[in-house]
Amino acid sequence: MRVTRALNEKSLPIIRYQQLNCIADRFAARIANNASPKNIKNIMSDALTVAERRRPWLLLAPTLITLAVLMVIPMIIMFTYSFHVYLGNGRDQPDFYLGNWAEFFTDGYYHYGIWQTARIAAITTVMCALMGYPAAYCIAMSRFRRKWMLLLLLILPFWISFIIRTLSWIHILGEQGAINATLRWLGLISEPIPMLYNEGSVIMGMIHFLLPYMILNVYVSLEGIDRNLVSAARTLGCTAWQAFREVTLPLSLPGLAAGCLLCFVLAAGSYVTPLILGGPSNFLFGNLVFDAVMAELNWPMGATLSMVLLILLGAIAAIYSRYMGLSRIYKGLSR
Amino acid sequence: MNGQGGWGWRAVKAFTVLVYLFMFAPIAVTVLLSFNPAQFGGFPMEGVTLRWFWELAANDMVLRALRTSLLIGALSALICTLLGILAAMALVRYEFRGKEWINTLLISPVLIPETVLAVGLLLFLRWLEQPRSLVLLLLGHVMLTLPFVVLVVQARLIGIKRVYEEAALSLGANRFQTFREVTLPLLMPAVLAGILLAFTISFDNVTATMFWRPAGVETMPTQIFSMLRNSISPEINALGTLMIVVTVGLPVIGAALARYVGRGQR
Repeated sequence: MRVTRALNEKSLPIIRYQQLNCIADRFAARIANNASPKNIKNIMSDALTVAERRRPWLLLAPTLITLAVLMVIPMIIMFTYSFHVYLGNGRDQPDFYLGNWAEFFTDGYYHYGIWQTARIAAITTVMCALMGYPAAYCIAMSRFRRKWMLLLLLILPFWISFIIRTLSWIHILGEQGAINATLRWLGLISEPIPMLYNEGSVIMGMIHFLLPYMILNVYVSLEGIDRNLVSAARTLGCTAWQAFREVTLPLSLPGLAAGCLLCFVLAAGSYVTPLILGGPSNFLFGNLVFDAVMAELNWPMGATLSMVLLILLGAIAAIYSRYMGLSRIYKGLSR
Repeated sequence: MNGQGGWGWRAVKAFTVLVYLFMFAPIAVTVLLSFNPAQFGGFPMEGVTLRWFWELAANDMVLRALRTSLLIGALSALICTLLGILAAMALVRYEFRGKEWINTLLISPVLIPETVLAVGLLLFLRWLEQPRSLVLLLLGHVMLTLPFVVLVVQARLIGIKRVYEEAALSLGANRFQTFREVTLPLLMPAVLAGILLAFTISFDNVTATMFWRPAGVETMPTQIFSMLRNSISPEINALGTLMIVVTVGLPVIGAALARYVGRGQR
């Protein structure tokens, strides 16, 4: 026993050496056989140990498991839940029941919800684009020495609580808000003008929340444009406006599109802003989901409505990704 | 429009000032009103007082909400940063099949509406027949925050040249030593930024938290939300001011510290 072990231990290095030699020989032979750079890369990756190839997956494993458990599996369960039967009082029964989907497709209330959500999200997005583009342009093109401060101010709202930013509009538009107080102080009105709890105030709150996303996305793409292109257009006889329209604007469209996608998706998915700044009729689709799940405890209907929201917004993101690629979104977000 | 100094450029500049005003005036008004001694949280200003801050300090519900928020925020920042560094290392330093898909999967919690994510996780919990708990809230916040942390760390890691790591490896350090002695110190700004970002996102979240919070548990934003249901009291303004100080003040102090430390090293 002891003898064999000793033998093994002694012979081990030799065997290893032989193995290595063997691998090296095979390697050399393969390289000699097909020596294009691509093939060499293939051979190299063949030679990578299994452990080496597994390493990125090991590093990714915790994140992937987290996302699988917290996002992917719940989405699958949500899909199956949309076929459950609701029995009332927050109880439901597993089944293959199409009633929830039938209710969604026939009930005009839900259709109105989708229409209203699309309209409010679209208005918000267009307003964000109109307000955000010139601002981003100004920041990107300015030769102001403290440009970083302008950028920092842009990022600052991301650090300020969303709910505070939303409720701050009550202080601007409300009966005791800044606008009404000023007008009354000037003696222009005696009764406060009602400006709060309507569609306008909801849209205002959403623009306030989403504008930084738009400006940052547009800014990133404007920053990436070679300034010489504009100069070239000018020397070739373009007016400043023509140079902007023919050169700068088309080159910044991808950023504008990314900003619009983010604004639309985030606006259409929200439900808190209408709760704070809207009246009873200014609900979004998210409010319908919230009511179904949290107030009525009708889980199957809540699951169905969530699926609808996911499919509609997913389709928009998919169309966008088909034409633009999602990588632009990460660029804008990682700023 | 490009000729800086032209009327077009001046119009753009004036418009930008208005946009900045639009973004910050409401917040400034809220901070201002938190010092108003009047019983209702609105205009006119009747003086300056710190009374509402003292009342907040005596409000048990607010303090409990603050503790919950701080706990959840700190823990999710820690977990997200750990996971985020590992994932970013894999995505930046290795080539493997399916990378595009992984990237899309990682970004998807940003693009899927929070409402849908929240309902999905709740349904999963219901399927498992578990009650809502703080752990659910924590895990949910980790999911929402993770993409942002991965993006921030990834962006910085791309900028760190591989040669430093290769030098360490060729000098005999193993992978872990290389990471600890070379990569991590270079990555530190992004790690700190990731921690702060994760904390703020978690501290700030209301949309999903309203679904996930266990009965009777409030975080700061949901506490403000339920206070809003009654009336807009000056206490809410004070709370808002306090939250701005926490979420804006912390990063500013962090950045200043980082700068100070950076100067010391040089």
